[in-house]
Amino acid sequence: MAQDITPITMPKFGLAMTEGKIAGWLVEPGASITAGEELVDIETSKITNTFESPLAGTFRRQVAANGEMLPVGALIGVVADAAVPDADIDAFITRFQAEFAESAGDGEGDAAVDEPVTVTVGEYTLRLHERGEGDEIPLVLIHGFGGDLKNWMFNHAALAQGRRVIAFDLPGHGGSSKDVGPGTLEFFAGVTIRLLDHLDLPRVHVMGHSLGGGIALTLARMAPQRVASLVLVAPAGLGRQINMDFINGFIAADRVRALQDVLKYLVHDKSLIGRRMADDVLRYKRLDGAEAALRTIAAACFPAGQQGDDLRPDIQAADMPVTLIWGQADEVLPATQAEGLPAAITRHMLADIGHMPQLESATAVNTIVEEFIKTKVATS
Amino acid sequence: MSKKSFRQAINEALRQEMRRDPTVILMGEDVAGGRGGSAGVTDAWGGVLGVTKGLYEEFGATRVLDTPITEASYIGAAAGAAVTGLRPVAELMFVDFVGCCLDQIMNQAAKFRYMFGGKARTPLVIRAMYGAGFNAAAQHSQALYPLFTHIPGLKVVIPSSPYEAKGLLISAIRDDDPVIFLENKVMYDEEEEVPDEAYTIPFGEANLTREGDDVTIVAFGRMVGFANQAADRLEKKGISCTVIDPRTTSPLDRDTILECVADTGRLVIVDESSPRCNMATDIAALVAEEAFDTLRAPIRRVVPPHTPVPFATVLESLYMPSVEKIEAAVTATMNHRVVEKV
Repeated sequence: MAQDITPITMPKFGLAMTEGKIAGWLVEPGASITAGEELVDIETSKITNTFESPLAGTFRRQVAANGEMLPVGALIGVVADAAVPDADIDAFITRFQAEFAESAGDGEGDAAVDEPVTVTVGEYTLRLHERGEGDEIPLVLIHGFGGDLKNWMFNHAALAQGRRVIAFDLPGHGGSSKDVGPGTLEFFAGVTIRLLDHLDLPRVHVMGHSLGGGIALTLARMAPQRVASLVLVAPAGLGRQINMDFINGFIAADRVRALQDVLKYLVHDKSLIGRRMADDVLRYKRLDGAEAALRTIAAACFPAGQQGDDLRPDIQAADMPVTLIWGQADEVLPATQAEGLPAAITRHMLADIGHMPQLESATAVNTIVEEFIKTKVATS
Repeated sequence: MSKKSFRQAINEALRQEMRRDPTVILMGEDVAGGRGGSAGVTDAWGGVLGVTKGLYEEFGATRVLDTPITEASYIGAAAGAAVTGLRPVAELMFVDFVGCCLDQIMNQAAKFRYMFGGKARTPLVIRAMYGAGFNAAAQHSQALYPLFTHIPGLKVVIPSSPYEAKGLLISAIRDDDPVIFLENKVMYDEEEEVPDEAYTIPFGEANLTREGDDVTIVAFGRMVGFANQAADRLEKKGISCTVIDPRTTSPLDRDTILECVADTGRLVIVDESSPRCNMATDIAALVAEEAFDTLRAPIRRVVPPHTPVPFATVLESLYMPSVEKIEAAVTATMNHRVVEKV
């Protein structure tokens, strides 16, 4: 029966990804697999990531060979029950390949929709990318210092099942305008509220990473009625200490090699930081105004070599559900800053993970967020 | 951000820098191009291939100077204007015309900083078209970047795409030394995503357009695209290539070239300029001197023959390096076997 056969297709890890290379299969045909089991390493022009099985079953067929380069959406393998005859699998593959070839010839009709757009909010131009639809409360993703909406490349689509998920570039970052006003958390939280108004979103879940976590907490203080819940990923504001070698190095680096070294502070597995990633960040940093914006933010948020904002009173006062995700090997904001918080705040401390759990341990983070929204938020 | 052509990217860089800095001026033959047509436009040509179109209308005759056909005088004037406070962007049209004004470039602009004990700045950009493949014959088709690279005191830039062209031209205009900015005349309609904002790309840092394990290909300007196409084909045969676009021949990012050669052990250099004393010989010498013991096969060069560029279309295409020739050179270097001495 065809409905028992599930295609495994080339995933789309990020905006720019149009094709991926099979870097190495991790399962043999015939193996019985569980949902979340590591299936295959996929290499893109920017990063290599492990693709995990979306379901349990038997890995019946390995369609793409190691080293093969394929477009996003192309069939790479097949999962089905062990009882499904080989002939059905063959027929399924033939039909899938024929339909995929046909749709590839259709042009870019569907792909064009799934792209960032630029919106004008008052005097600011903001690049935002919206995915998903549904009745659930929308989710807004706020990146950290020097980041952009692509920081959520492994989370955005996964979290957009049944809800709208909006990722955007903060002022001074990515494709947004470079004026950052005083560069404070209040400034960024204020712009975020205006963006929510612009998008006509009365109430959202907010997920913030690093400086974006501090912005999320500030937003919850300034407009608590707008925030249904907070997911804080290695957030700023819970301790004084911050790795200023990262902050200053990130601002100063204008060459690939220098920046690559600085970006390594962000992850525990240093092999994740390739030349392409540094190239990509430099494309942003070399825009007129980008460096000045980063300097303004650093001066406002990290004066005298430490964090200037103490948001512990805010997190204690927050009456919406809050969860905290932190990599224990974080080299930018130490994971010990997650200690001493109210018991109602669930903490997920991830071993052998650095400052960007959403990148380094994407599946775990996505699962945590879904569970959190499903249980805590639904029952509160 | 939107798709822009190589021509638009250069036009945008000029326009944004002229808006930002009132000392930036343009000079050259037909950079405005005179009145024309029934509409009475004031910049009928906007450059011989339309690159400076619209700038005369925005900035007027005091900042966009349409010069007579006298390279020696206006390149000399541009060099003088640069040492006395302006940031001129002078267009030489075809780089082949440098024959008429080499003294102004080689003995004047390039030497000011050195001869005046470091007290003079010469923020001069000379834009020019280079390269064969346009069927423009021998006096309009040369790739003379080795000539400029040979002269200390000049910086030499060869952009390989629209994104590169905009960022490198803005860096050139903001630079305080004379910069020769060479545009391949066949590439003006090539398009890619280019940010709307101004941005800079630093000189002396090579760009790796792809990373591979087997062979390092160093290519310049239009040849970078050729090298990437060849690398795509070779990938299907199981040969993976690193492609280096040095971006600037002076300064040259020696470190990146040497590191990549150390990784792959094989080197192919693609250079469309005449083969004697060109960038391919320069880089071959560099690698032979600094990284000889990392080589697993002889260095190979994909270069034209030592002749003037032919006018006849079939001969011109035979003359040019091509994707096929690069593919053959990479394959040959992969097939090389070291013969053990008995």
